[in-house]
Amino acid sequence: MTNPSDPSGKARREFLRRLGGAAVACTGTLTVAGTLGVMKDAPAKEAPPSGAGSFPTKDYDWTKHRWAFGVDATKCIGCLRCVEACKKENDVPPDAHHFNTWVERYVYLEGEDKPRIDSQHDPVNIEASGSEREYRFANRYAGAKVDKAFFVPKLCNQCSNPPCVQVCPTGATYKTKDRVVLIDQKYCIGCQYCVQACPYGARWFNAKKGVSQKCYWCYHRITKGLQPACVEACPVGARIFGDRNDRQSPIKIFMRNNKYRVQVLRPETGNEPNVFYVGLDSEVA
Amino acid sequence: MEPLVHTAPYIGYVYPNETVIPWTMLIVVYPYLTGLVAGAFTVSSLYHVFGLERFKPVGRFALLTALAFMIFVPAPLLLHLGHPERAFNPVWTPHWTSAIAVFGYAAGFYVILLILEVWFMYRPYLVQQAQQRPGILGRLCHVAALGSNDLSEKAMRYDEKWIFALAVTGIPAAHGLHGYVGFVFGSLKSREWWSSDLMPVVFLFSAIISGVALLIVLYVLSCKLRKVPVDLPCVKGLAYVLWGFAMFTLVLEGLEFANIVYKGREGIEIILEYVTGRLIIPFFVLQFALGAVTPLALLTYMIWKGTTGKALIAGVTTCALLVLFSVWMMRWNVVIGGQEIAKTAKGILEYQIVVLHREGLVTAVSVAVAPLALLWFMTRLLPPWVETATWQVAKPRTGDRRAVDRRNA
Repeated sequence: MTNPSDPSGKARREFLRRLGGAAVACTGTLTVAGTLGVMKDAPAKEAPPSGAGSFPTKDYDWTKHRWAFGVDATKCIGCLRCVEACKKENDVPPDAHHFNTWVERYVYLEGEDKPRIDSQHDPVNIEASGSEREYRFANRYAGAKVDKAFFVPKLCNQCSNPPCVQVCPTGATYKTKDRVVLIDQKYCIGCQYCVQACPYGARWFNAKKGVSQKCYWCYHRITKGLQPACVEACPVGARIFGDRNDRQSPIKIFMRNNKYRVQVLRPETGNEPNVFYVGLDSEVA
Repeated sequence: MEPLVHTAPYIGYVYPNETVIPWTMLIVVYPYLTGLVAGAFTVSSLYHVFGLERFKPVGRFALLTALAFMIFVPAPLLLHLGHPERAFNPVWTPHWTSAIAVFGYAAGFYVILLILEVWFMYRPYLVQQAQQRPGILGRLCHVAALGSNDLSEKAMRYDEKWIFALAVTGIPAAHGLHGYVGFVFGSLKSREWWSSDLMPVVFLFSAIISGVALLIVLYVLSCKLRKVPVDLPCVKGLAYVLWGFAMFTLVLEGLEFANIVYKGREGIEIILEYVTGRLIIPFFVLQFALGAVTPLALLTYMIWKGTTGKALIAGVTTCALLVLFSVWMMRWNVVIGGQEIAKTAKGILEYQIVVLHREGLVTAVSVAVAPLALLWFMTRLLPPWVETATWQVAKPRTGDRRAVDRRNA
């Protein structure tokens, strides 16, 4: 899904360019300071560099937001519009091996203790869609007696203690003040240590660009007041996004309404994910 | 045209992004090379620092081996990086929470240390060659001596102090460099197969045995090529070192595996399915039975029986080759094996060996063999063999002097 007002993505590139430029102005240090990699150390709170009290751009102050993502697994119907929207919006290779977001299907057949799990990349599902560029779940359990089944959308958890950031040797990937983990594609060396470190399989390597990539909650959109592409494409409201600093934001309402039912994935890792789920069972990791 | 990415087939459920395995066999070559360096340096230190006379025939050669292999250590990493031209980014702006950020500093320091030690060791030779050899080679030797042409006893004593200091510093540097490689894997909590406190120690001990084994093979081979008799006490000494460290390595690897199985944390089912399935040949048969238990048993038998002569040389060389193979399999089973077990703990992937690719088989073999070519070239320029070292100033070396001191005491 392309931004209707900017089909070529020019504004996005311009935004990212200005983001880098602001870092230079802010730190005024080495040439490498022109990269996003140094911005985390910038004195954002006390001394806004670009006027109007904003950072990293004059239109957006990342100290004022605390983004979070919600997933209501009880609502997801597995239509995979979110996956396709994300691929188009974020220029993700149109194949079955690179995804910023994906949907898992858990099916408990009668008499079986463990669920059967698949996702849109499964060869059976790719065969059903007829192309690696389009995604759908094959009706593979049509003749079986299903006890219970549900879908789980997955994406980068933008962890509060991100292991991917910890292992990055250059600081090309970093945590912003508004709680999103970004990657500076101009500074990443492409060692893929972050891909290894992510326990959720959220990161992938772009062989063409030679850098790691992942979901960043459509940072180019949310910093303009828009919703992430997947949230906008979801027809059932299974994906919820918003600012936790805003009491009336969808995510805040979602968290309030599901106060004791909200879960995160793999809490034992200590990563403290910021994607909050409702409706999972213990088999989901 | 060769595709940019190669995907791995799988069984069970794996995350979609896992179907492209991030670290290829070049990342198997990388710890293998650093391990050989650490091991070769250990042997060199046994002579230069600890004064073990029996290792004199390989003392200098061990150092050249360490240098030749160390020069190629960055090669597999550079070939693997998506942006090799940015390889120095972690050096200019290190992100200190990352284990990899240390690499540039550690490797750089160690290469400089090795070059300095080699230079000090060969300075008398360079000075002598500069005087004796005509033409460009003589002039090159003159330049390489860096104007330091003093071969007086005082100057030589000064050199020896440096060699000793560098050799002492090199021990923690070499072992730290390789222990760090183990940390790169062991510190990741995302993969149960890697996430082990023992990983750096296992890497270190296996490094030592691989380097010792390499020296045995290369030394015996060089004697055959030079048509000189193999120094039996030296080979026997190396066999003792190999036996001791191989035993430690085997015990540590066994303990590490036992820990994973005994703790039985989440994902153990898939690990057991993997090791008792696809990994049974590479892990239990090749790495453990053939590569670790067999040479240990053979070495024990030879030591027990007091085997000597050609039988000893043949036996120890065979054991060394098996150990080299075992350590290669260990690196493979760790690096590739860890990635074949899906992070979902519900699936197993199958790494595809590609022959012609930037990170393919041909590249990996070339990078692994290239240090041998460099070493051959280096031994031509800087002869490391005792019997050809006529340039040796007639005065005990550090190790010799210490041995003499001990005897006098």
